[in-house]
Amino acid sequence: MTAASVSQIPLAYVLIFGALLFGLGLYGALLRTNAVRILMSIELMLNAANINLVAFNQYLSPGYVNGQIFSIFVITVAAAEAAVGLAIILEIVRRRNIVDIDKINLLKW
Amino acid sequence: MSLPILTLIVFVPLAGSLLITLVPREQDKTIKQIALVATLISAAFVAYLWTQFRFGEPGMQFTERASWIPSLGVQYLMGIDGISLSLLILTGLLTVLAALASWNITHRSKEYFALFLLLCTGMYGVFVALDYVLFYVFWELVLVPMFFLIGIWGGPRREYAAIKFFIYTLAGSVLMLVGILAIYFQSGLGTFDMTVLAQHKYPVAWQWWIFLLLYVGFAVKVPVFPFHTWLPDAHVEAPTAISVLLAGVLLKMGTYAFFRIALPTLPDAARAWAPIFAVLGLINIVYGALVAMAQQDLKKMVAYSSINHMGYVMLGLAAAMAAGPGHAAAAKLAITGAAYQMFAHGLSSGMLFLLVGVVYDRTHTRDMNKLSGLYLTFPVWATFLAFGAFASLGLPGLSGFIAEFFVLLGAFPIFKVFVILATSGLVFTAAFYLMMMRRVLMGQKRPEYDQMPDANPRELTTLVPLTIMIIIFGVAPSILVNMMNPALVQLVAKLGGM
Amino acid sequence: MMLPYAWLIAALPLLAALAIMFFGRRFKNGGDFIGIAAIAVSFVLSLLVFGQLAGGAESYRFTFTWLNLGGVPVQNGIAVDNLTAVMLVVVTLVSMLVQIYSRGYMHGDVRYPRYYATLSFFTFSMLALVLADNFLLLYIGWELVGLSSYLLIGHWFENPGPRYASMKAFITTRIGDVGLFIGIIVLFLTTGAFGFPEVAAGVAAGKISGTLLTVAAVLVFSGAVGKSAQFPLHVWLPDAMEGPTPVSALIHAATMVAAGVYLVARAYGVFAESTSALAVVAWIGTITAVMAALIATLATDLKKVLAYSTISQLGYMMVGLGVGGYTAGVFHLTTHAFFKALLFLGSGSVIHALHTQEMHEMGGLVKKMPVTAWTFIIGTAALAGIPPFAGFWSKDEILLSAYHYNPVIFGLTLFAAFLTAYYMTRAVVLTFFGKPRDHHKHEHAHESPANMTGPLVVLAVLAVVAGLPGSPLMGNWFGKFIHFGEHEAEAVPAVMVMAIASALLGILVGYLVYGTKLVDRRKAIAVTRPVYSFLKHKMYFDELYAYTVIGGTQALSAVAGWVDKNIVDGLVNAVGWLGAQLGNISGWFDLAAVDGLVNGVAAVVSGAGRRLRRWQTGYVQSYALTFFATVIIGVIIYELIGG
Repeated sequence: MTAASVSQIPLAYVLIFGALLFGLGLYGALLRTNAVRILMSIELMLNAANINLVAFNQYLSPGYVNGQIFSIFVITVAAAEAAVGLAIILEIVRRRNIVDIDKINLLKW
Repeated sequence: MSLPILTLIVFVPLAGSLLITLVPREQDKTIKQIALVATLISAAFVAYLWTQFRFGEPGMQFTERASWIPSLGVQYLMGIDGISLSLLILTGLLTVLAALASWNITHRSKEYFALFLLLCTGMYGVFVALDYVLFYVFWELVLVPMFFLIGIWGGPRREYAAIKFFIYTLAGSVLMLVGILAIYFQSGLGTFDMTVLAQHKYPVAWQWWIFLLLYVGFAVKVPVFPFHTWLPDAHVEAPTAISVLLAGVLLKMGTYAFFRIALPTLPDAARAWAPIFAVLGLINIVYGALVAMAQQDLKKMVAYSSINHMGYVMLGLAAAMAAGPGHAAAAKLAITGAAYQMFAHGLSSGMLFLLVGVVYDRTHTRDMNKLSGLYLTFPVWATFLAFGAFASLGLPGLSGFIAEFFVLLGAFPIFKVFVILATSGLVFTAAFYLMMMRRVLMGQKRPEYDQMPDANPRELTTLVPLTIMIIIFGVAPSILVNMMNPALVQLVAKLGGM
Repeated sequence: MMLPYAWLIAALPLLAALAIMFFGRRFKNGGDFIGIAAIAVSFVLSLLVFGQLAGGAESYRFTFTWLNLGGVPVQNGIAVDNLTAVMLVVVTLVSMLVQIYSRGYMHGDVRYPRYYATLSFFTFSMLALVLADNFLLLYIGWELVGLSSYLLIGHWFENPGPRYASMKAFITTRIGDVGLFIGIIVLFLTTGAFGFPEVAAGVAAGKISGTLLTVAAVLVFSGAVGKSAQFPLHVWLPDAMEGPTPVSALIHAATMVAAGVYLVARAYGVFAESTSALAVVAWIGTITAVMAALIATLATDLKKVLAYSTISQLGYMMVGLGVGGYTAGVFHLTTHAFFKALLFLGSGSVIHALHTQEMHEMGGLVKKMPVTAWTFIIGTAALAGIPPFAGFWSKDEILLSAYHYNPVIFGLTLFAAFLTAYYMTRAVVLTFFGKPRDHHKHEHAHESPANMTGPLVVLAVLAVVAGLPGSPLMGNWFGKFIHFGEHEAEAVPAVMVMAIASALLGILVGYLVYGTKLVDRRKAIAVTRPVYSFLKHKMYFDELYAYTVIGGTQALSAVAGWVDKNIVDGLVNAVGWLGAQLGNISGWFDLAAVDGLVNGVAAVVSGAGRRLRRWQTGYVQSYALTFFATVIIGVIIYELIGG
């Protein structure tokens, strides 16, 4: 994809797409009770942020790749986070045989 | 000297501590070996330092300097003189022995040894730091592991003792911090370098107040009457190895701070405060011995004997502080005695606490009324205990005598009455140790302890080096005196005794 | 030349002590032969040293800088002069004989190697004390002999007697030692040295004089008072008889207790400059000599009689030194060492045979134990001062010096001589003559083995001849060998007559009272009831000290312990408690009273925490919601403010 072809689409569209994606993720993260689903929702939010990063980079300072590098970092961190999160969930399932986040409230006062 | 040897000495235990956190807790033996090896490495570096030390030079040696917080003038500054070296040697020896003495710790040994090594780092650090901030960091670093070591691995009243220890010493160090900051701002030099700040002249009236702050801060650690009541509790509740370090090294931090900070930096105030200092030292000597005589608990008795012994250090310091130009020679004697006493007391009290630990492991009591005839039950242990007791009561030919003799000799022309009163402490000390031996070692043996084994090889390994050192430093004091002498002479000169 | 090797004399027993301590148990005889061999070699060396000095060799001194305290050098070293040589011979000889004797006496003892190790260690310490050329080393040896004495008195520590006696000995002597300690300090600070010649030179040069010199000398003397069991610190020596009898002979009769006398003799340069100090020495010696002799007349324990006799004789030596009879004092020390060791070892032989120390359970032993009995009688004659036995010559010299000094002291010492003869006769008669009072014990009595009687015979010979070097028969050789200044007391025949008369009178009275039925003892006791019970209770010294010094210290210690626990520590806890109460008042704090300030701080946190913890639902999503809502609110605020 060349810079010219991308510029056909206005920046606002891309941002709206990112916002929708983020809202979707937020909805899932806040209202779903299945832990794995929450994890997936968080991934969704991270990717929404990635889209914004890449888009801003492409539209505002086309000569550089800062946004891309940033999003690669985010992807890496997200992968690590998913691994740790899944490991935690797996351990909870193993010990208590539940994935329902509402029932994991030992840290309650 | 390109090798940062002081840094190595200080941080090898810390590295060991971190290493221990990586070892699974089930590998008890590996943990202990790491702890022992870490202390041994540090001790070996200290020994190397000893061989490389340039005797006869009063100034700091092996200095390491790096910028740390430039905006405030805080530096990573380390260095030693003869006084520090003598205490490093003591620390090196006692940490290795304490690691060995901790061998029978099984409850949460991973945490224990991690904290233990952290404690070692703090202790070494205090004796090498030449920057006030660095010094304060190490000073406080000692406090935290000590709190947990007493609070978790201690005796029945461990929590009370740990909290008492913590609050007492924390209150003391806060005052000390205020004093340090006051010196920093008063000098206006923008540095925390101890040696530089000690060169500066401060207003006399101002010194008087700051000395009081520092005095309370250090006196809690020593401890000086009336700030001493944390000591018996902490000692009685602490596990054996920790008692050894507490008595052998930690108490010396307080007196060392007088040598390193209070005296050289505030010499005029030192002279003004000297009489009160001497009175408190005298109270330590006599009162400590009398209270020790009243104890039924073996460990508590030894703890109070520490108060008695530290009194000699304070008396010696007071004499040097008060001496003035007329009594330069006496001041040198007194301060040498004080510095020697720090070392000698480390050896003898360390030994006695080890011995009390050995018998407590077997009989599970320290009540002197429940112990008797132990010479028949544990002959080897009993021989060491008798030796330790005589070393502690200042038998000539053993290290404690040299110290007491020079303190009293040097202090005599300056505080005649106090010294004469203090000599009564010699009789009281002998009395309570002999009473202890009469009750614990002599008499009929008790059947319930009959089958118990005498000191084992590991315990002997901890006792024999101390025995040898006590004899060597009692017969050939010049080894240590030559090391400390230039620094002490310089200090006396600074105090105006030249 | 032998003299540079004099240090070996002390070093060998030390090595022996260590060897026995570590390896003694491996040998069948507990390594006793190591100790005996070492001391035998030391004895031979001592004889060689003595021979050289007697042959006119210069005295030897070796010093080195032990310490250098920033320009204040502290010298240490050893010296061998005539006085040292005499002491070396006495110490090594008696020590050797006692060690041989102990093979029989201590045979089968549970702690046999420990006994021999300590004995060797004692010998080392005593020799170090004697060889010292300065106060510091002397003090070190001084305390080490105290340690050995403590260990040996407490040898049978299972029993309460030795347990208390050992402690009493160490602490009582240490009280005197503190005085010596301060005395040494004063002398060092004024003369600038520890060495005996330097201190004496300093005193002679007037660096210290007047009252201060007297005080210093009396302080040094107080060490001797403790060690030599002089009034008022004599109470430990009779109790020290709880130790094994050979130990009593060696340490508590012949050598260690004489260290006090040696100290005064060694520091005579200091004393000689102060007539007041010498007067103190003389008077303390006189009081001790008479007091102990009086108590000895009523003691029933054979060893206690000898113990009080030792105290009395040590008083004599002090008198000798105090009245200016330097040679006489040292001479009496020498002869006394031999005959008192003989008497103690003889009593040991009796005790070994009868298993009792009470004279009232003895009697009639002369036939059963002829060697012991006759050597004991020789010792008695020497002690009583019958010519030509050793004690006569030395005692006569002391009396002569006292005669020139002060008539009261002379009269009292003469009276003590009478008492000495009296109580020794009493002891001999009660022990060896008359009818056996305990037939069962008498039946089982037998003469001791050769390794015990051998030393007795050797000492008996010495008790006869040891006085000769100091007698006119040998031209008063001893006085030429050991003297202080050129002063020599003018002989007064009347003194000699009086000395002999008082001794004979004492023996006569003793014999009349105890050997015949001429005097009804019960009646005599009834007549003298108050005096009798006063002496019987050893003049109530123990009771006096128990109520005053010991009781006072214990009370003080109890008070200090109580104060520390309840007031000082109570104050600390009170501060903590106060902090806690303050916390309560402000309503946020809820503290247990004792925990103090830390809990106060903790309570603030926990009080706040109690309110805030409602937020902690434990539901991850509610946290996330809060988080998100906060961000939204933040953005809205930001927009509204228009940043």
